Amino acid sequence: MIALFHAVLRRELTVAWRCRNDVLVAFAFFVIVGVLFPFGVGSDERLLRTIAPGVVWVTALLSVLLVLPRLFEYDWREGTLEQLVLSPEPVTVWLGAKLLAHWLVAVAPLALLAPPLALLYDAEGVVLWVLPLTLLLGTPMLTLVGAIGAALTLGVRGASMLLALLVLPLFVPVLIFGVDAVVRARNGLPFSGGLALLAGGSLAAAVLAPPACGAALRLAVE
Amino acid sequence: MRKHPIASVEERAGSRGGIWRFASPPEFFRLCGMLAPWFAGGGLVLGIAGLYGAFFVAPPDFRQGEVYRIIYIHVPAAWMSMIIYLAMAFWGVVGLVLNTRVSFVLAHALAPTGALWCFVALWSGALWGKPTWGTYWAWDARMTSQLLLLFLYLGYMALVRAIDEPRRADRAGALVAIVGAVNVPIIYFSVQWWNTLHQGASVSLTKAPAMATVMVVILLVMTLAVWFYSIAVALWRARALLLQRERGSVWAQEAARRSLFKTPMRSTTRE
Repeated sequence: MIALFHAVLRRELTVAWRCRNDVLVAFAFFVIVGVLFPFGVGSDERLLRTIAPGVVWVTALLSVLLVLPRLFEYDWREGTLEQLVLSPEPVTVWLGAKLLAHWLVAVAPLALLAPPLALLYDAEGVVLWVLPLTLLLGTPMLTLVGAIGAALTLGVRGASMLLALLVLPLFVPVLIFGVDAVVRARNGLPFSGGLALLAGGSLAAAVLAPPACGAALRLAVE
Repeated sequence: MRKHPIASVEERAGSRGGIWRFASPPEFFRLCGMLAPWFAGGGLVLGIAGLYGAFFVAPPDFRQGEVYRIIYIHVPAAWMSMIIYLAMAFWGVVGLVLNTRVSFVLAHALAPTGALWCFVALWSGALWGKPTWGTYWAWDARMTSQLLLLFLYLGYMALVRAIDEPRRADRAGALVAIVGAVNVPIIYFSVQWWNTLHQGASVSLTKAPAMATVMVVILLVMTLAVWFYSIAVALWRARALLLQRERGSVWAQEAARRSLFKTPMRSTTRE
């Protein structure tokens, strides 16, 4: 089982490295959308500092959504996914490896990009490390829940629009708790509770989402 | 490609008695046709009675005056929209566990009605909010979760309609409904928590004054009317969906022919 996990993880990371362009484009999207907001709301420093956590989080949400189709689309088109689904190996193991690789490659780096983006919003001090921390703890849940949507819309007409409609309402609690932890940290309030909630949500999703995602993949392949 | 991995309930349904009989599409079709007019009639009577009570019997509210009467459509609509989502998820679970297509058809049939009530609740809430709070929209926990519930309904319907293959559409829809149903309380509590942080107590919906008995009775009558209407419409829609899906089978063709000539259908089994 561990060998299977390793094999899938290695393969996924190799494939991601060979096709690094589409992930880099998603990171560029994250930064560009983040830069757009001040043009829309003005460059007042106080306002920017107020909206910084929300803007970075919403932008991260959209970036997670943007890379979700990449999770199964290529494998599905070339037939690898079908082989994996048909194989006698436990679905949660290889799916877990796939999801972990996807998160490491396409989502986790957003946490590295968040502090520079926050600097553009005049963020300072504690925000610069709490913001990426909330992203690291919260985005696994987004990826896991989103993976169910990606599996359900695999090969469906207008999949990307449909995915947004299906998944974004479910992202709202993560957004609320993520932004709230950052805002509390900025105001000098205790924020460890928010971090614990994000981590707990991600752990719960790690247990509940893969079986649902596996069932959806089986439907897509049948 | 496997069509029916295990002998489905509906295959044995014809020979079995009791409630299992209705897992068979023609039997369920007949049951819907039998029940729907009664629910529609009951809904009509209750609706007329409830609306008469709401407009002519119920006294005006001592604080809000006449405008509070929106409550008689707003609250039943909001309740119904949540109950229908749970019912959808329930029939999704039943369908996934028992492998009955009829359950999925019922879930599909419920979705548009649920979305309708969701929209009615939001719209009537906005119209009620303007004269009482001075705003069409507040980022209150209930309103916000109602809006998100509408998005969940739209997502469900869009997904089911985007998938051509009925088997996959059924099961994908059931999964979405279940995931959504698990998330609805999480969304509600997170929004409530967020709301208490971000907004002062300018608008207090939670401290509703105790209602007079006559108001409660009328509200309950309206709620029942909404229930009856929803059940009738869902059953009729389920009939149409069943006919559309089973159009290749003999019973569906016969049922369609008979419905054109308005003659009762005799019990037939699916070919």
